[in-house]
Order: sequence, then structure tokens, then C-alpha cells
Amino acid sequence: MLIFERSRPGRRNSGQMPAAPGAAGAIPERYLRTKPPLLPEASELDVVRHYTGLSHKNYSIDTHFYPLGSCTMKYNPRASNALAMLPQFLARHPAAPDDTGQGFLACLFELQEMLRAMSGMAQVSLAPMAGAQGEFAGVAMIRAYHDSRGDAARREILVPDAAHGTNPASAVMCGYAVREIATDTDGNVDTAALKVAVGPRTAGLMLTNPSTLGVFERHILEIEKAVHAAGGLLYYDGANLNAILGKVKPGDMGFDVIHINLHKTFSTPHGGGGPGAGPVGVNDRLAPFLPLPLVAESKGEYRLLSEADRPLSIGRLGAQLGNAGVLLRAYVYMRMLGAEGMKRVAEFSTLNANYLMAELRKAGFEIAFPLRRASHEFIVTLKRLKEENGVTALDVAKRLLDKGFHAPTTYFPLLVPECLLIEPTETESKQTLDAFVAAMKEILGEARSVPQLLKTAPHATPVRRLDEVRAAREPDLTWKPVNSER
Amino acid sequence: MPFIPHTEQDIRAMLAAIGVASIEELFDEIPRELRGGALAGIPPALNEMEITRLMRGRAERDGTWLSFLGGGAYEHHIPAAVWQIATRGEFYSAYTPYQAEASQGTLQLLYEYQTMMASLTALDVANASLYDGASALAEAVLMAVRAHKSSKRVLMPATVHPVWRRVVRTIVRNQGIELVELPYCTEAGHTLPEALAKLEGAAAAALVVPQPNFFGVLEPVDELTDRAHARGALAVALVNPVALALLKPPGEWGSRGADIAVGEGQPLGVPLASGGPYCGFMACRKELVRQMPGRIVGATVDAEGRRGYTLTLQAREQHIRRSKATSNICTNQGLMVTAATIHMALLGPARLAEVARACHANTLMLASRLAAIRGVTRAFSGAIFHEAVMRLPTPVAPVLQALKAQGILGGLDLKRDYPELGHALLVCATETKNEEDLALYAGHVARIIGRRARPAACALKPQT
Repeated sequence: MLIFERSRPGRRNSGQMPAAPGAAGAIPERYLRTKPPLLPEASELDVVRHYTGLSHKNYSIDTHFYPLGSCTMKYNPRASNALAMLPQFLARHPAAPDDTGQGFLACLFELQEMLRAMSGMAQVSLAPMAGAQGEFAGVAMIRAYHDSRGDAARREILVPDAAHGTNPASAVMCGYAVREIATDTDGNVDTAALKVAVGPRTAGLMLTNPSTLGVFERHILEIEKAVHAAGGLLYYDGANLNAILGKVKPGDMGFDVIHINLHKTFSTPHGGGGPGAGPVGVNDRLAPFLPLPLVAESKGEYRLLSEADRPLSIGRLGAQLGNAGVLLRAYVYMRMLGAEGMKRVAEFSTLNANYLMAELRKAGFEIAFPLRRASHEFIVTLKRLKEENGVTALDVAKRLLDKGFHAPTTYFPLLVPECLLIEPTETESKQTLDAFVAAMKEILGEARSVPQLLKTAPHATPVRRLDEVRAAREPDLTWKPVNSER
Repeated sequence: MPFIPHTEQDIRAMLAAIGVASIEELFDEIPRELRGGALAGIPPALNEMEITRLMRGRAERDGTWLSFLGGGAYEHHIPAAVWQIATRGEFYSAYTPYQAEASQGTLQLLYEYQTMMASLTALDVANASLYDGASALAEAVLMAVRAHKSSKRVLMPATVHPVWRRVVRTIVRNQGIELVELPYCTEAGHTLPEALAKLEGAAAAALVVPQPNFFGVLEPVDELTDRAHARGALAVALVNPVALALLKPPGEWGSRGADIAVGEGQPLGVPLASGGPYCGFMACRKELVRQMPGRIVGATVDAEGRRGYTLTLQAREQHIRRSKATSNICTNQGLMVTAATIHMALLGPARLAEVARACHANTLMLASRLAAIRGVTRAFSGAIFHEAVMRLPTPVAPVLQALKAQGILGGLDLKRDYPELGHALLVCATETKNEEDLALYAGHVARIIGRRARPAACALKPQT
């Protein structure tokens, strides 16, 4: 049932809000609304019960193991939430003067400093509101750098074919053409192909390392030399930073610019699809172009830098200073980890991934890159299962839901057929991983004996498999009162 | 170890199962010279008690203020139920609903949200959110240019929030889009429809129409929308969602209605929180839906014919279309939308309209109290929603400074962005203010200005 179907004309919550003193006052009639919007008329209890009920229809980290590859679904500490929601932080208006928010700005400044130290970059801006916006900012800085040198011939961004879709999409938003680079059979960037592609038209290369194939790019130093020798810049997509946190710094690998997904590595909540935060870090040559605002400190006082301080900045990405509440949550998490805790994140996420990979291999699953170490994630390919039993990665994913697990990422990266990209994260115990392996084993058995059970899965979820083709072909994107019989 | 559950015994068993002697061995594919950079600059770990003490201290230091700030972010009362439900782990710690059957809670909520936003704007469809209002406006500009196909010019009134205009420039500049600024009437405080006529000749993809505008003033939206359409341009409405409970919705502007509506969703149950996270919203006519950026949820049926919800029209998106996507957006502002949906459900149409009327009435009352002070006037004659520009007889910055000493954040100084307006101050009084608050504010302004005006009391305009 939809909230609109619970609605009854005239039902109101009079307790929450002040009654309005008078009518629309001085607003001329031609500006006024004549028909009220279709919002529900429900009691507070109706609303609380309805949305609590909906929450029960979600799988989440708090309720289920959620090994969604490349999304780093680790436990979100409750302290981060509680402390970011202290009343003074929540009430502060973004345009309030800097001297009324020194406590808040101190957190942001220290977060900038910690991200700088962790990444090995010279300066960090917290402005981007998601990973993709960080990518946009990073590529826009690459462009601003080349433009500032009058180097207008560089019109291409190189992107490995295993990259997230956001990489090519971000490059295009910055006015660049995208050139894809192939992957070799070991899951590394094909360096021969790269060397052919790179040249005077190359603005930069966007690289995720460890890659979305779940392996560390072994030729990183060779790649760095090739791109820089051609005059291009090197962009680090921080999607998989969790795997190397405290172990290897993007700055040490020679990257010029990076973005960091705080909602992945630094455990801020994914919120059913956001908010995220995608701070960007740069080396000295890109520093003048960083997006605004930045937090500066002088003699213990903090202030936000603006256009007057940074005339070469690419500008602002949002009306305010970024996703402040996400930044506070990440700050709390980082302070609770400390330097040692950060290294342990990489160590135990890697341990968990390699353990799970080893156990699934023993259980009879085919690993896409069996000769490689897993980073914090790895890929299982079900190509053989599809050929032999007609069962697809989608079917296995749906069956996992029945067994009480959220599914791994499916059909990404695009170059591995019938793939599951599995990322357990460091916050899961051996016992949870063992239970997952047991479920996968059962599913493998079912695939061979009762494949139909998988092809019609899920069976135990609030709804059965949904008709996505119909959803796209006959879009029904809003509820209309005439539909109310359902 | 914080948030890591492994026992010594677990670790030994896991290493044995992998066939390595140590965790360190698992990193052996990483070139040795890259490994092990020191983490200087990361302080030692704090436990929960210690970080709580630190954060509480900082929050208390920042304190609480009586605020009359608006300018795109607004203080509203948020019912307690909103965030208690939104921060339930099932909403808080889930991700984008890629596995629809395991995400029906979030998906149905988003479908309800889309319905609410489409209805508030009187347009056919809405997406599941963008980052914030300013970036949503930039996406609307890009969308209009895609839909228009032949022009890359977009007309942008000077009455749109100056920072938002800068954000749009940052986001669209590398795609060769030209933003043409439209002047405003310095008496009425809104865009002059005649300003469009002066641009005759050159085609435009879109006209942005803010309602209310940055000054709080209502724009002649019907005329602007019709004039945009007469020129073959799309009309992009930039609206405040609380105001929409009271004001004519974009879908009804002019003879055909606006084509796209965007805005900042923060006033719908999202705390000010120093600027974020907020949520941008976007709605449009159904003919444009395949040009819309961001996630969209659709209703469909499951294998047993039951109603269910799923992400749809994904062929627009980066994870399918890569370099040909409508936008690079992936993660959006799902949790804020969760709060906004619960907030709108709790308020309903009548309460939301009452909040809008209360904001309007309070701001009118504040403006008239301020205008009763010698030398203080309303800067514009145009009708307003819940913000007003006041012209002071003395520079604004010192007045704000003096108000701050009284625990009051008195509004926005417009000197930098609109120097032509003189000593102009943008104030806002939402439903959170009562008569005492307004009287206190006006009383302090009168005292401060009275004190400052005396030495400068001459026939000449005081110099800043």
C-alpha cells in the first residue's frame, strides 16, 4: 500500500507545526496555487507505521551481509551518526560567519589534513558531493591546467575498459573525448595498447587501482612514466582505496589528482543511494585549480577560502561547502581509527577477500583471475554454469537474496562474462563469510539439480522477480488516484 | 581493533586457508618501493568516549544563534519522527537499490517521493534526486541544451542566486554553453519580460525562471514562460518546494507551463547542517524524461503479478551508457529524500501550505518592523514570499557584526554580488520565529543604526 492510499481527506497532524497567522497576505492572486498538491493526509502514527513498514522491505548492512563489489558496504559506526547530528551542528546555517563555526571548521580542516596525509597529495578540497562529482572536479582541474598552459591540443582522456561508467561520463562533461584502453589477460592495463594511445592529444589517464577487476595494477610505475612522458596527467579514482588504505599512497604512485569516496573507505552511510562525498586531492601543480571552498587555518583560526583567495579555481560545485554532515561522519570515523586502524582496514579487507576467494574456489566456483591476489574484492565468473546449466549470474544473485544475503555486484565489470564482483569488507567476521560460502555451495548444488529454482528466484523476498522490461517500456513513474485499487 | 571482529584464531585459520604465512604476504603484488609510506599526520585513535567529548566540545563552542539567514537554505521545524525513521539502519545503511527485490522499501519510498514532487511542481515526472539545488540547476541547463538540440545559449536572470549561477558556470563551461545574464528591474526586484525582447535574433535553448527569486521577490512567471516558449526556448523553473504549497506550480505557468522544474529540497525536512547534505530535485514534462539525469524509479509487476518497484529508464545512465550518458551522476542524496518524503507525508498539503503562509507572514512582519526604523526601507516594491531585501542607511557589515554580538545572525550582506543596491540586506523569517524574535531583532537594528547614523548624519550619502 502506498502512503497516498492511507490518506483520508481532512486528517491532519496539528501538533508539529505552528498555525499560520492569516492568509497569503500580500501575494497577488495571479501568483497563487489554486489546487492543492497531491500529498497524503495521514496521522503521525500512519506515517511512522508506513515508513517503518517500508524499512522492513530493505536489505541493509545493519540487517544483512552486503558484499556489493566496488561499493565498500562496511559497517557504519553509530557514533559517526550521533556526533554529526549534535544539535549545534545541525542548526548551523551555511552562510553563518566563519567565527560562529570554529568547532565545525576545525573538524573539516583536520579532515582535509588527514586525507592529505593518507593520500600523499599536497592539498585537498572537500567540496565534491559524491564520487562522480569528484571525478568531474578532477578532470576539470586537468583541463584547467592544460588550458592555463595554452596546451589546447589535449582533447582526449584515456580510460581503461574496466573502469566505472562514471569515468567516461565525467570526462565527457568536461568536454573531452574518451579513448578506451584494453585490459590484458592478467587483469592489468594493456601497457602496449596504452603506449600506442598516449600522445600529444592525451589530457590524462583515469585509473582505478586496485582496479574494478579486484587486482592491483602491477605496471603502475610504467603507466605513470608513459603518461607523464607524453605530457598527460594521471587521475586516481579512489573507488577502491579501502584495499590499500595506509599501505600505499596514490601520491607515491605518481598520481596528480585523486578523488576519495568517503561513503566507501570512510564508512559514511550509503543511505539507499547517497549522500556520498568525493573530496579531491592534488599535487602542487594542480593546487591552484582546486574547487572551492577550502578550509584554511592560521594561528588556530579557521576560515573558508573563496574566489578572492584562489582566482584560478575551477569554481564551486554546489551552493554550499559540500556534504558537511558526511564530512563530519568521516572525520569521526577517521579519528576513531587512527593511523594504525587505517592500515588494519586495508589488511583485514584484503584478508577477508582472499579468504572468501579461496573458499569459493574450493567450493567449485571459477575465479576470473585465479593467478592473482585479490585486493579487497574479486570476481567469480559463472560462464561455465551458464553453458552447462543455463543458470546466469542474475539467477545466482537473486537466489542469494532468498538465503539472506544481499547479492554481489553483477555484470560489472563488463568485460568478464556472467560475473559476480564480491567485496566482503573488513567489518565482516569469518563466521559470516563461512555462512556465505555455505549458501553459495548450496546454490551451486541447486543450479545443477533444480536450475528452475534459481531461474525463478527470489522466492522469499517481499516481491518476486520484477518485470524490468515492462517498467522501462511503459514507464509508470508517479502514482495517480485512478490506480488506487492496487 | 575498531570495527574489525577477527580473533587471533580466526586470522590463523584464514591465513592457512589462503595458504600464506602473514597478511603482509597478501600485498606482495604491489611494487615494494610503493609500500609502507608512513602515515605521519594521522593522530592516534580515540575511543568513542573520547571522540564524543571532543565533538561535544566543538559543537558547544559553535553554540546556537537566532538566525534570520536565508539565501537558498532555510530553517524550518522538522518533526521528530522524520529523522528517527530516516536513520533506521534499513534506510541508513542500504545502497542504491540495484537488487530491486531486496530494496522495495527504498524503491517504494522513492516512487512516493517522485509522485509528491511531480504534484508539487504540477509536472508529469520527477527523478529520485540530484546533489543540491545549484547542481540540479546546472543539470537542468545541460538537459535543456540536449533537448533543444540547436542552441547552446541559456538565459539566466541576475535574480538567480549568485552562487548558484557560479556553480552552473563551473559545471557547464567546458561544454561550450553560453550563459546570458538578464537584468532586473531595480525598483520591483524582478526580471523584466521586456529584457527578453531586447535579445531578439539569437536563439536560446532555455530561460531560467526563479520563483521566488534570490531577493525573495515573485517573478512574472506566466509572462516569462510564454515569452521563452515564443522564442522556441524551454522554460526552466527554479522553485522553493515549501513555496509551492502556496504559489502557482511551474506546470501551470503561462499558457503551456514550464518544461523543467528544479530546486533545493532542503526546506523539506533536511537540517541546515552547515550546508549539507541537501538534495536537489528535478521534475519535467514526460516528453523530456529520457533526457533527465539521475535515478528514476518505476512501478511494475513481479512474477506473480503483484505491484513492485524498480530503477528504470537506466539507458540514460552512466553505468549503462558510459560516455553517452545524460550525466555522470551515480550516488545521489537518497537519505535526504527519505527524510523529505516522510516530512511531506507528515505535513500533508494543508500543513505545508500553513508553513508557507507562516513564513510569508513572519517575513512581512519583520520587513514592516524594519521599515519603521528611520532610514530603513524595503529595497523592492515587488511582492515577496519569505525573504526581503532591506536597504539600510549605513553599511551592512558592521550592523551584522553588532547583531552577532547579541547572538543574532541578521541576514546576508548583498554588497559583493549586488553593489548597485547600496547597503542592502537580505532577511528571512520562517515559521520558526515568533513575534518576540522579530521584535528583538528589529529593536537591535534600530539601536545599532541609530548609534551608527549619528556621526554620519549629513546630506550626503554615507560612504562605505
